[in-house]
Amino acid sequence: MRKIILFALFSITVCCIIYSCQSAGEIEQAKYLTSGKDIYIKNCQNCHGANGEGLGELAPPLTDTIFLKANKSQLACIIKNGSSKGVTIHGKKYEGKMPAFEKMADIDVAQVIVYITNSFGNKQGMYKYEQVPFDLEKCK
Amino acid sequence: MKRIILPVLTLLVGIVSACNNNKTLPIYGNREAKIVTAADGSQKVDTIYQTIPAFKLLNQDSTSITQDNFKGKVYVADFFFTSCTTICPTMHRNLKTVYDQYKDNPEVMFLSHTIDFKYDKPSVLKKYAQKLGVDGAKWQFVYGSKDEVYHLAEHDYLVAVQEDSTARDGYIHQGWLVLIDKEKRMRGAYDGTKTDQVEQLKKDIATLLAEEKK
Repeated sequence: MRKIILFALFSITVCCIIYSCQSAGEIEQAKYLTSGKDIYIKNCQNCHGANGEGLGELAPPLTDTIFLKANKSQLACIIKNGSSKGVTIHGKKYEGKMPAFEKMADIDVAQVIVYITNSFGNKQGMYKYEQVPFDLEKCK
Repeated sequence: MKRIILPVLTLLVGIVSACNNNKTLPIYGNREAKIVTAADGSQKVDTIYQTIPAFKLLNQDSTSITQDNFKGKVYVADFFFTSCTTICPTMHRNLKTVYDQYKDNPEVMFLSHTIDFKYDKPSVLKKYAQKLGVDGAKWQFVYGSKDEVYHLAEHDYLVAVQEDSTARDGYIHQGWLVLIDKEKRMRGAYDGTKTDQVEQLKKDIATLLAEEKK
């Protein structure tokens, strides 16, 4: 009887340890998310809002998952170079100009992209900083 | 026993008068004392408060706006420019919530001055207002010469504004929302980038309206 109880306790502990373990990838994404949030508050929130709701027709919301997914490789370009050609978000046209954040480092760009694409109802996973220079070369 | 009565009584009076809700807002700006002579020849000292002087500016519909448009109104004034990417979006996001709250009250108005005299012509202001979701005469967006607007800001509304080529957007300014009463006096200034101060502004507008009803 005692053996069974001990064995049960042991296996529960092992299960707990395995369950609470996150993969290295998940931990990295969590790091990106927390740093990304700070960068977002500092640079993006005044126009795009604390909940990514945008500002009237002046600044588009960041809740259009389909747009974000389809343009994921262009997000770094939009952040770093700004955008003046306007965008269609949730079927609505936004003509305003987005300023360029040319001084933002690649790692910061990646972190804020991870934050935006995994908040406000979006869930699109990791975007590594190694990808940033690669995407920036292909800016439209 | 007698010793206790007095403090208790004072406390009671204190509580009752605090409940009375007779709150008035302070009056800001410079003031001077002036001796006035009444009709019966007696003289007394009166306080002259700083007031907003007459102005004439163009609004988003290219019609001129003067103090007559604000006669009998309390209003909130601020300084901004449409291409500003730093504090203005937050200020106007917050001010919009005040606007929405007092949308149906004809006694409350809003007056936003642009400090970008080069680019923010009335047509640009009109577009900005529409995109912010503001329509009608309740919220005026006005354009004027640099001298006029900057003088109003610094001498009358006491808000610092400046052209600055080193700043990212070319201008720097403070984000005060200034509350003006029906006598054109300054009754409060609130940091438009802070939601708690904007909440205070909403309460203070109600206080000011109640005060002027008396």
